[in-house]
Amino acid sequence: MTEHSRDLSRRRLLFGGAAVGAGVLLAGCTSNESDQPTTAQTKGADAAAGGNAAPGERVTIGFSAPAADHGWLAAITTNAKAQAAAYSDVEFKTVEAGADAAAQRAALSTLISQKPDVIVLLPADGKELNAAGLEAMKAGIPVVNLDRAFPDALAYRLQIKGDNYGMGVAAANYIVAQLKAKGVSAPIIGEIAGTDSLELTQERSKGFADTLAQNGLKVNNRRPAEFTADSGQQAATSLFQALPKIDAIWNHDDDQGIGVLAAVTQANRKEFFMVGGAGSKKAIEDIQADNTVLKATVTYSPSMASSAISLARLIAQGKGMSDLVELQVPKELILASETITKENASSYLKLGF
Amino acid sequence: MSDVTDTSTPERPAQLPAQSPPVDPAETAAAEQRAGGRLSWWRGEGGEGARRNLWLIGVLVALIVIGVITRPDLYGDSSWVWSNILVILKLASVVGVVTVGMTFVIIGGGIDLSVGAIVALAGVWATTVATQSYGAGGMIFCALAVGLCVGLVNGVLISYGRLVPFIATLAMLVAARGLAAELSDKQTQVSDNATINGIASTNLFGIPLLVYILAAVVLAGWVLLNRTTFGRRTVAVGGNPEAARLAGIDVKRHTVLLYALSGLCCGIAAIMLTAQATSAQAAMANLYELDAIAAAIIGGTLLSGGRGTIIGSLLGVIIFSTITNLFAINGLTTEAQNMVKGGIIVAAVLVQQVQFRSLTQFLGRNRLTTN
Repeated sequence: MTEHSRDLSRRRLLFGGAAVGAGVLLAGCTSNESDQPTTAQTKGADAAAGGNAAPGERVTIGFSAPAADHGWLAAITTNAKAQAAAYSDVEFKTVEAGADAAAQRAALSTLISQKPDVIVLLPADGKELNAAGLEAMKAGIPVVNLDRAFPDALAYRLQIKGDNYGMGVAAANYIVAQLKAKGVSAPIIGEIAGTDSLELTQERSKGFADTLAQNGLKVNNRRPAEFTADSGQQAATSLFQALPKIDAIWNHDDDQGIGVLAAVTQANRKEFFMVGGAGSKKAIEDIQADNTVLKATVTYSPSMASSAISLARLIAQGKGMSDLVELQVPKELILASETITKENASSYLKLGF
Repeated sequence: MSDVTDTSTPERPAQLPAQSPPVDPAETAAAEQRAGGRLSWWRGEGGEGARRNLWLIGVLVALIVIGVITRPDLYGDSSWVWSNILVILKLASVVGVVTVGMTFVIIGGGIDLSVGAIVALAGVWATTVATQSYGAGGMIFCALAVGLCVGLVNGVLISYGRLVPFIATLAMLVAARGLAAELSDKQTQVSDNATINGIASTNLFGIPLLVYILAAVVLAGWVLLNRTTFGRRTVAVGGNPEAARLAGIDVKRHTVLLYALSGLCCGIAAIMLTAQATSAQAAMANLYELDAIAAAIIGGTLLSGGRGTIIGSLLGVIIFSTITNLFAINGLTTEAQNMVKGGIIVAAVLVQQVQFRSLTQFLGRNRLTTN
């Protein structure tokens, strides 16, 4: 009996010790301090240039974006914060928007009651948050809609977004030009889309398919992923299995592209070239190094958040964009989707996220 | 996996003598009764499991036949067919490992909704800059330890905190994804470790390492369920917890171990998935809990516990990845694929209900009336 209990207590001590040790070790493993911190994309308040950059009337900018589950969304929030910090005359108020439209609506009503001078908003869903935009505008607070449009023109003062359809067009144009240069007849083209239920994915695919059709080409197989690397790897593995020979692939998103490139290595395929999407730092570096199948990426840059903050400040101060004739900021701004290749990668590197 | 068998085997001799001597005869009698009663029951159930697996293999064959009919050009090339089999198994490997753990939990009368979140948390934790500095061994240890710990927390909450498994693991689903997002700062963490990434691209004798890992986990799971006291207790606890308790099984402790086992499987899966994607992020392994539960259910595991087979669950996972493959090679949309998956789940359960009411019983009754 006693021998057993001594045995047991020794065992407990051992297990307990091991557990505590493992716990300490694990806790030590949470650090994520990287050698090179990612820099936000900002445009410094160049006071010497005078004009709009010079400090003006003090304004408060309220900001709300959905909880980030993706590098792009994380970069949006980082950029907005950093750009606001670059202005001495801007007070930046941010509210956690939670995971869905309902949570963001609640967060927004708190923000509206604090009466900021302007609200910059990346809605979880433009349609679902249309009413919240209207409410703020009615309360006399101008709303800057970032990326996901409200259907109602009264719900926003400024709309700034990327060009999803244009991304597809740019990707298709690059692919068509490359295939022509290589003289490939009847090329096999694959597409790895993002989350299929999102409108932005559908727009991207439509732009891609339309442009290919104009050139007499079509997508031979399209596999949607979920904007995550693991889903990208699986979608790409399926795509490779369906198409034993491929000439070109467009992958909608560089974050999921990490998985797609992994699948390329695992399947040992190199007969095709690939175009990415969004313009992550890693993708731009890969393009520059030119040692993977990734030869280009079409941008959908989170730098739009920085620009949104700059324009929100101008709106609140009642100023216009100094290069334009108009005295006020325009109502809509759609960023062009640019194509990053090996030739111009170095100039885009600072915009990668 | 070998850790699990290691911890469960030494515990047996230590525990039995620890029972106070007066109870000993009763305990052994109960154990004998259990074992004796089990034997015939086991045989009948085993036969039914085999019948069920045969049905699943039939579905698998049908899916492959559809593939051959729709894409004769691809299936005409024997080297493509071989590589396709490997791709299907590779696609099944991560969910397969998770499903082995899930099968144990469900047989034991529980449910684990947090498996996808545990995979994500373990993957993210194993790919932080700090963990990666310890090399491949550190990353694997970290993933396994995180999976095991989260599983233990689940088990303790359910057993000793008396939370319903659905609620406890639902809470863990949300919390673990939250913690993963916090650790990764919502970024995709790229794994720079060539050894880890190599797990997904290494082939041994022409077969991917991932498939060997799946086979090892399935084998270990099968042995653990069918050839050890731990497995028999799992069936007993899930079938009738009160009877199991009266028979001298520490039901609470056993439940904790089941969830820990599921967590450990998630840790293994996390390494496999991280290797495949050469990265980890908080949103990865999205909805794997549903894939694993669905695979276990069509594999014949009873959602109320007490019945299930590892081989059935494995076949369930392979059927799902074969469907994914079939739709991919035909270039069909994932919407249609999801509808077919749903249909197969319903069909599988319906067919099994008919089987469960037992064809033999049905035939036997008929024989009685004809006689």
